[in-house]
Parts: sequence; C-alpha cells; structure tokens
Amino acid sequence: MKSLNNSMFGSLALLILFLALWQWGPGLLGMPEFVMPKLSRVAQEGVLMWNSSGLLEHTLITAVEIVVGFALGALLGIVIGTSLGLSPKAEAMLSPYILALQIAPKVAFAPLFVMWLGYTVYPKILIAVLIVFFPVMINVLSAIRTVDPDMINLVRTMNASRWQIFRLVEFPSAMAALFSGLRIASTLAVIGVTVGELVGGNQGLGFLLVDAEGQGNTSGVFVAIVMLTLIGVLAYGAVVWAEKRVLHYMPKAMLSTN
Amino acid sequence: MAVTEMFAIAPHRNESQRRASEPTEIEFRHVGKCFPAKGKAEAPFAIRDVNFKIARGEVVSIIGPSGCGKSTILNMGSGLYRPSEGEVFVGGEAVNGPVKKVAFMLQKDLLMPWRSIRQNVELGLEIQGMAAAERRVIAEDLLDRCHLQGFADHYPFQLSGGMRQRAALARTLAMDPQVLFLDEPFSALDAQTKMILQQDMARMLFEEKKTALFITHDLVEAIAMSDRLLVMSARPGTIVEEIIVDLPYRENPLERRKLPEIGPLAGRLMELLKVGEDTELH
Repeated sequence: MKSLNNSMFGSLALLILFLALWQWGPGLLGMPEFVMPKLSRVAQEGVLMWNSSGLLEHTLITAVEIVVGFALGALLGIVIGTSLGLSPKAEAMLSPYILALQIAPKVAFAPLFVMWLGYTVYPKILIAVLIVFFPVMINVLSAIRTVDPDMINLVRTMNASRWQIFRLVEFPSAMAALFSGLRIASTLAVIGVTVGELVGGNQGLGFLLVDAEGQGNTSGVFVAIVMLTLIGVLAYGAVVWAEKRVLHYMPKAMLSTN
Repeated sequence: MAVTEMFAIAPHRNESQRRASEPTEIEFRHVGKCFPAKGKAEAPFAIRDVNFKIARGEVVSIIGPSGCGKSTILNMGSGLYRPSEGEVFVGGEAVNGPVKKVAFMLQKDLLMPWRSIRQNVELGLEIQGMAAAERRVIAEDLLDRCHLQGFADHYPFQLSGGMRQRAALARTLAMDPQVLFLDEPFSALDAQTKMILQQDMARMLFEEKKTALFITHDLVEAIAMSDRLLVMSARPGTIVEEIIVDLPYRENPLERRKLPEIGPLAGRLMELLKVGEDTELH
C-alpha cells in the first residue's frame, strides 16, 4: 500500500512538472505562440471552443464512433478468431489473406471508405472496426490454438460434448489473451476514428483538428489532441477495469500495468 | 507378540486371495500402439503386445524406464485414443471412447484457474448435467474428505501445490468412478506432502474398493500403494515382469513403508529396470 502511494505521488509530481514545462517552457525558449502555445493559452482556447464551436458535441460524436467501432470490431474479432481457432483447415486456407490484410495499413482505407459512404460517421466506424478487428482476432485465435491439450482430454474423459469443451475450456482459456488484444485495440480505435475524421467530414475532433490547422490556430490543434487523448485514456481504462473484473482469478502480478 | 503379528498378517492374506477372485475390471489383450513419426515409412510402436488383467478393487502400478509408453497405456484405458492393435476392456466392455466409470488424474492438477475450487470439483457433474444443488452437496462432502474445508470459494492460484492436487483428487472422485487411472499424480509434490497425499489416496481407494492403475517413477511409492507391480521394458514397451506385493497395509502406505521387505523389493525392481547400470544420461 505504501509503495502504491509512493508511485502515485511520483506520477502526480511528473504530471505537475510536465504541465509546468508546458506553461513556462515555450516562453523561456522564446518559441512563438503559433509554434508552441503555452498551457494557459490552450486552456483558454478550449473554453472558447466549448462555448462557440461545440467542442462537447464534436467530442461526443468522436467518442460514440470509437465505442461503436471498438465494440463491433472486437465482436467480429472474437467470432472470427474463435471460428478459425476451432477450424485449423479454414485457418490454413485463409491465413495468407489474413496476413496480407493485417499488413496492409488500415488507415490507408480511410479515403476509400469516405468515398463510398460519404461525409457521415460510417466510414469512421468502419475504419475503427477494421483496425480493432486484427489484434483481437489474432490473440483469440492463437489462445484457442494453444489451449492445454491435457485440459481438453480431462473434460473429454468426462464425456463433454464439443460445445461443452468450447464453453468450459477453450473460451475461458482465451480470456486473458482476448483482453490483451482489447487493450491494444482500444488505443487503435482512437487512431482509426481520428484518421477517418481527418480525411473527410464536418463532425468530430478530427474535423476540429483540420479546421484549426486551416486557420493556423495551433492552440485549437492542441485542444483536439488533448480531447482525443482523454477519450483514448478513458477507453483504455474501461478495458482495464473490465479485465480486472473478468480476470479476477489471476494472481495480481499477472495483470500488468494498471 | 508373535501371535499379534500373525493376526496382523493373516487377514490381509485372505484379503488378497478374495480380491483375486473378484471379476476383472480392466483388461488389455495384445495391445499395441504406434504413432506416425517423421522420416519413417512405418510408424514405430510405442508399446507392443501388452497383456494384463486387473481385478475389481485392485491397485496395480506400472513402472518402467522413461519413454516406455506408460502414459500411452493410460490414455487408451481412458478411451482418449484407440489401440493400433489388440483390445482394451474396462468393466467387461470394449473401450471405444471415453468411458463413464473411468476418471484420470495427472501430475498436472489441471484445475481451471477461472473456476473456484468448488466449481472445479463440480466440473464433471456439471458436464453430466446434474442440478446445482445436488452438485454442491457432493462437492462439499468431497472437499471435507480431502481436507479442503474452507477453501471451496478460493481460486486455484491461492492454493499450495499439495492443496491443488487434493482439489484435483476431489474432482476425480466427484465423478464416483469405479476405475481410476493415475499418471504420476504426486510426482510434482515435495516429499512430505507426497506421503500424506499417498496416505489419503490409499485409504480412499481401499475404503471405496476402487480399482486403480497407477503410473509412477517412484519405486517405493509403487510398492507402498499397490497389490501388484507390472514392470515394463524400454520402447517399444511391453510388460516383462509381474510382481505381487504380498505385504499388509495397502490402505496405510506410511506403515507399509516401514516394513523391512520394502528394501529387497525395491532392489529387485532396480535390477529389473537396470537402474545405475546404464551409462547413458537421462
């Protein structure tokens, strides 16, 4: 408990140091405001944007896109990862294409999706789905593939059906890997949605970011970045929170950074 | 003094005679198993021409050099895979798949980390579709008997190795199997925990008249717990010797370990297994 308090204190001290550097650093180095606005200027701009250009609405739109894209992508990853994990034949057949799709930079699809689906929320969600899908699928697939064969034999000697083997052994065994996939996916979802919004549309933090850039408003760009980071931190935190609830049976040391 | 000793020995002689007249529970008839290997046209045999019978209520140990196919015998007995030749019978019926009256227990406890100890013990009953309330009664009773009172709601990572293996034993017994296949169940435990668990296991096997086929590397453990020993040769494994352990206290291995006959018997086994004669490193 004491070491936890100490590390929390350390983190807090670092945060204060960082904010202080942001506030006074640019001035000391003689940086002009359009290159590196100081903290108070960014905060001021944030309040302005909140009041006049609907910062809250844009943030909520981005957040909804991230949550929906993450949920759909994760679901798809779980379903397809599980199916491929249970069917080595299908995986052998599909693996070159899966690999190709995994290597292809997903954000490069953004302009295409915008062309197909217009300046709506859908291309953003679609990119998030695509980018979230892979880490989740790969993790679930490999976890299902590496289930302890003795564990499966154990339930087989108990006359378990195929469905019971899946429900009692294979799926729960994959939970830890699923969550490490979800953690990665939660941060990737933010990237996917942001790129989608940068490419086209008139809603969301990505749009605000491009808009501020066009006006040479560096502080506005920082406001958008801060808000995107906040959404990302919340999304990641939510996954970690869920992981702690679901994987409560793991020794504490096994659950990494919190 | 002499009289009491005679009394101590006399009933067990009757016991082993009586047991020999019990019906056959496990039978291997000319069983061979080959596994395909890379770079070889014919799959080499892991075991070949294995023959033995085990009567109901008997505890028999198989010992042999490492890699002689002991675990293969066990996996065929529990129906996990079919023999390449010959036949396996459990309870008078040919084994063609997992058999309901058989349970197995390995060196690994195989407790599911996401289930509490109680849920782990209930696993087999849950698969059978037993109602939760019924399962709970059985699990509680077994946890008591395996000295795990108060740990029902713990998770496996919170238990020591010995307790985890006790939980695995409780899970095995929950199915109320007539036949137990035990593949070095104690070999991962420290020496003292091992003896205590052997004691508990031996008592339960004796009291409930279970039939058990035991695989172990520990010669004294085999002698302390069994009615008979089957000695296997190196790969392709086959049974080269049968030794009847004509000693009292099968239900009490701690006592049996103290008997003077243990030493010579273990010596004979070492000879058969060529322990120490081999210059190869294991």
